[in-house]
Order: sequence, then structure tokens, then C-alpha cells
Amino acid sequence: MGNEITKEHIVDWLRVMANEIERSEEYLTQLDAAIGDAEHGLSMNRGFKKVISQLDAIKEKDIGSILKSVGTTLMSSVGGASGVLFGTLFIKAGGEVSGKDVLGLADMSAALKAGMLGVIERGRAQLGDKTMVDALAPAVETISRAAERGANMIEALREAATAAEQGMKATTGLIAKKGRASYLGERSIGHQDPGATSIWLIFKALYTAVSH
Amino acid sequence: MKKLINKTEDVVREGLQGMSDAHPDIIKVHYDPHFIYRADAPVSHKVAVISGGGSGHEPLHGGFVGKGMLDAACPGEIFTSPTPDQMLEAAKAVHGGVGVLNIVKNYSGDIMNFELAAELAASEGIPVANVLIDDDIAVKDSLHTQGRRGVGTTVIAEKICGAAAESGYDLRQTAELCHRINQNGRSIGVALSSCIVPARGVPTFELGDNEMEVGIGIHGEPGRERLPMAAADAIVEKMASAIIEDGAYRRPLREWDETNRCWIEREFTREPFKSGDPVLALVNSMGGTTLLELYIVYRKLAEICGKKGLKIVRRIVGSYITSLEMQGCSITLVKMDEELIRLWDAPVRTLALKWGL
Repeated sequence: MGNEITKEHIVDWLRVMANEIERSEEYLTQLDAAIGDAEHGLSMNRGFKKVISQLDAIKEKDIGSILKSVGTTLMSSVGGASGVLFGTLFIKAGGEVSGKDVLGLADMSAALKAGMLGVIERGRAQLGDKTMVDALAPAVETISRAAERGANMIEALREAATAAEQGMKATTGLIAKKGRASYLGERSIGHQDPGATSIWLIFKALYTAVSH
Repeated sequence: MKKLINKTEDVVREGLQGMSDAHPDIIKVHYDPHFIYRADAPVSHKVAVISGGGSGHEPLHGGFVGKGMLDAACPGEIFTSPTPDQMLEAAKAVHGGVGVLNIVKNYSGDIMNFELAAELAASEGIPVANVLIDDDIAVKDSLHTQGRRGVGTTVIAEKICGAAAESGYDLRQTAELCHRINQNGRSIGVALSSCIVPARGVPTFELGDNEMEVGIGIHGEPGRERLPMAAADAIVEKMASAIIEDGAYRRPLREWDETNRCWIEREFTREPFKSGDPVLALVNSMGGTTLLELYIVYRKLAEICGKKGLKIVRRIVGSYITSLEMQGCSITLVKMDEELIRLWDAPVRTLALKWGL
């Protein structure tokens, strides 16, 4: 059992995630104020509050359905680019694990990779554009490599959270090429990307929920 | 922050309620998901024209819903794009059987949400076209950024495409017309003060008493340069020159391929203005600037256009695409031709534009 993610883990993950986003609302909004339009924390918190309010109604479903439902809720309640992108992440990930109640590391890797590809296709961002992809891609890559070598689940999720954190921190030195931050050009250097920061919170929450 | 609001989270909904209470003969409002639509929708056998974007730019877009202009408008939270579920429900409510044109301002959130909405509409059998407006010349480097923002030309495109749809243009013709208006239009804005987003309660940016931001975006995005405050004539001179001297602008824009059901890129070029061009001029308040000042701006703009050989054949002066209570204005010039003038003059009956009906 120790090497699997159960439905209860997923529900815990969503709760921890919502908690992290709520605690970081002001921080995320401040990051966004520096290079965007000062709404990221507000919008994400609005979306995750909605997710939590609907959690009881969906928590008995399979993991794929839970994730898809979370994605749809985020898409319709966060708004902006973040709503579509974070929504797509969960919808595509859910689609990859339809009908499953338990996920092995390979399932989790496939789900997250599908989610990431959905985000890249919709947002047309590449690695290094100073977006959520800069934290997401290294985290997904880490889990994928861990799955290939048959690593321990908790170990893999800890490494993924670290990879997301490093990717997030590295956005500080990048020039924004997508979204409203791109209008700042070189003036965007020196500021950490808020979307990448939310990705880190999501992976940190995943590790916390599963290792708990 | 002093605003005539109740709870910050109720601003958009309560504003919509007031709009529908005040103008039930022109619009109706659907809640959860929110959209404003023509009181007589759907209009059978007419292309439905839809737009949307973050709230805080009123009268854009809801104030342009009505006969001869938009069939529906999807308002997001303040300065936040609306969501695909709103756009899809709006499309279903106003679709008259011959397709939906989405007029989309070039912001990443608006684009992504409207693209997803278009895919959803297409999968429900509604023919759909998305046309981007990217007319803000303040944004210079297009290759490595989101590109130019969509501002004042959006208002002109909504009016003219609405008239075209009303007079029987099909979806393809209405979309091509919208592209043409976008290629013909250029805008630039200037801010004299910041706006305050209600949920934040503090100014979006700091601007000193003796400063102005030239090239400001409609969400308070930074512009080209921050300069010392100047007399109106000097400011208008700077704005008008930037528009009139703006060179050719070539870039790919994405559009929906109805046949293959995928997004394709198409190259467009915005050609510079040249002497002798007939133009429509829009002098627009950012929300906090008086009509008296706008006419001072128009007076100088007309003089400059005259000197440069641009003939202002139509004009509107007022608050059309605002940025909450920001002080400042924007200028938009759109090159016109006979067809565009005829459609501009066609009857319209919305909250913010009304003539001939």
C-alpha cells in the first residue's frame, strides 16, 4: 500500500492544496502585482474554495472523475488564463486515470504528463518563458524518471516537490514571454512567477498529503 | 478607497442586476454563468456576434449588446477574463442557426478561454469564428511577448460587425470584416492616475502628481514611458504622432479552422496610415476624465489629422472602453471605406450607442 496513491490521498491532497493556496493568497497576489495584474492569489483562492465546497459531492467517485471535476470547477471559477490552465492540468490528468481508485507511480506520472501537455498546448508556453511550465515540467520529469526506475512513491513526490521549487525559484531570473508579464520585457527579471509558485504549492501539497 | 459598492465580491453581479433593471427593453441578463444578451435573442438566420472580457471597462462589452451590435457579452470578474462555460451558454442562447463570431481582445486569458469555448461550441454543432483585436501600438516588441493588446478598435469592430450580421453577412464574411477592421485600427492610451481594483482597495500603480504614463493598458499595465505631466495639446501631439507614424505590423494570429476542427495560424499585416485616408476617430475616457477634457483632446486631434492629410469622416467622443476610475484617455483611429462607413451608420440600439432606431 505504501507505494500507491489512494482516493483518500487525492481528497487529502485537494484539502491541503486549498489550504496552502488560502494561506498564500496575499503572497501570490503580491507576486502578481509586481509583473501582472494583481489577482492571482485572489482568483486561485476563489477557485479552490469552490473546489472544497463541492468536495463532499465528488469524493466517492473514481480518481479520474474527481480530478476532472476539480478541473472544471477551477476553469469556471478562477477565470483568466490561470483558470483555463490550472483547469486543463486537472482535466487532462483526470482523463488519463479514468475509472481508477488507486494510482501507482506510473499512473501518476502518466496523469501529470497528460496534464502538462494540455497546459503547454493551450498556453503555448515553452520552458523558460517564465510561466507555470517552468515549475511543472521539472516536477513531471522527476516523477517520470522515478517511475521508470521503480522508485518509492513518497520519495518520488518529495523529489518532485523539490524540482518544482527549484523551477519556481529559477523563474526569478527569466524574462517573461507569455501573458501580461511579457509586456514588461526585461523589467520582469527579478520577480518570481506567480503561476509557477502555485504549481510548487500543488506539488508540495501532494507530497504532504501522501506522506502524511 | 471610496466607491459606490456594497461587498467587493458582489460588484459584478449587482452591476449586472442594475443594467437589466434599467434597460429591460434592450437586454436580458443570465446569471451563473453570467452573460448579457439581446432581449429579442436568438435572432433567426443572423450571425450571432459575441464578445466578452474582464469587467471594469464599462460600457464595454455589455453596454454594446442590442440590435445592430452584439448579441451577447460575457463579463468576467474585474480585469479577469470570463470563462468558457459563460461563453458556451451565451453562444447557445443567442445562436440563430448560422454561426457565432467571437470578438476577442488580445490578452492571454481572453484568448485561452474563448478558444476553449469555441472548441466546445463547435463540438455542439455551432459554427464558430474567433477574431482577435490587437490594436494597441504602445506594445512594441511582438515577437517575444503576447503581442499588442486589444483596446479601442474593439468598440468599432463590435459596431460594424454587428451591423454586418444584421444586414445578412454570413459567418465567414463577418469574420473577414472583423479582421479588416482590426488591420485598419490603431490605438494608444495615456494615464494621469491609477485605477483601484475593488478587491484590492489600493491603486494598481503609483503615479506622481506631476507624472503621466504614456501607452498605458486598460488594466493599468505599464506603457512606453513615464513622462512629466504636460498640456493637453502636447500630450495629444505625442499620442497622435505615435499612431499616425506607426509602421507596418506583421504577425501571425490564430483562427479556428472549421473544416479540420483545429487552430491554424494566419499572417496579417497592418499597413501604415497614408495621406488621404478617411478615418474614424474615437476619443475615449479611461473612466475618470471629463467630457470637456475629451473635447479639448478631439479638437487637437482633428487639427493634427488635418495637417497629416487624414480625413476624419466619423467620430465618437466619450467613455467607451474604460479602466475603472483611471484618469486619462485613449485615441483610436480606424481607416474607413465606403462599406465600413455604411455599416457604421446603420441603426444601432444598445445602452451606450444608439442611433437610427
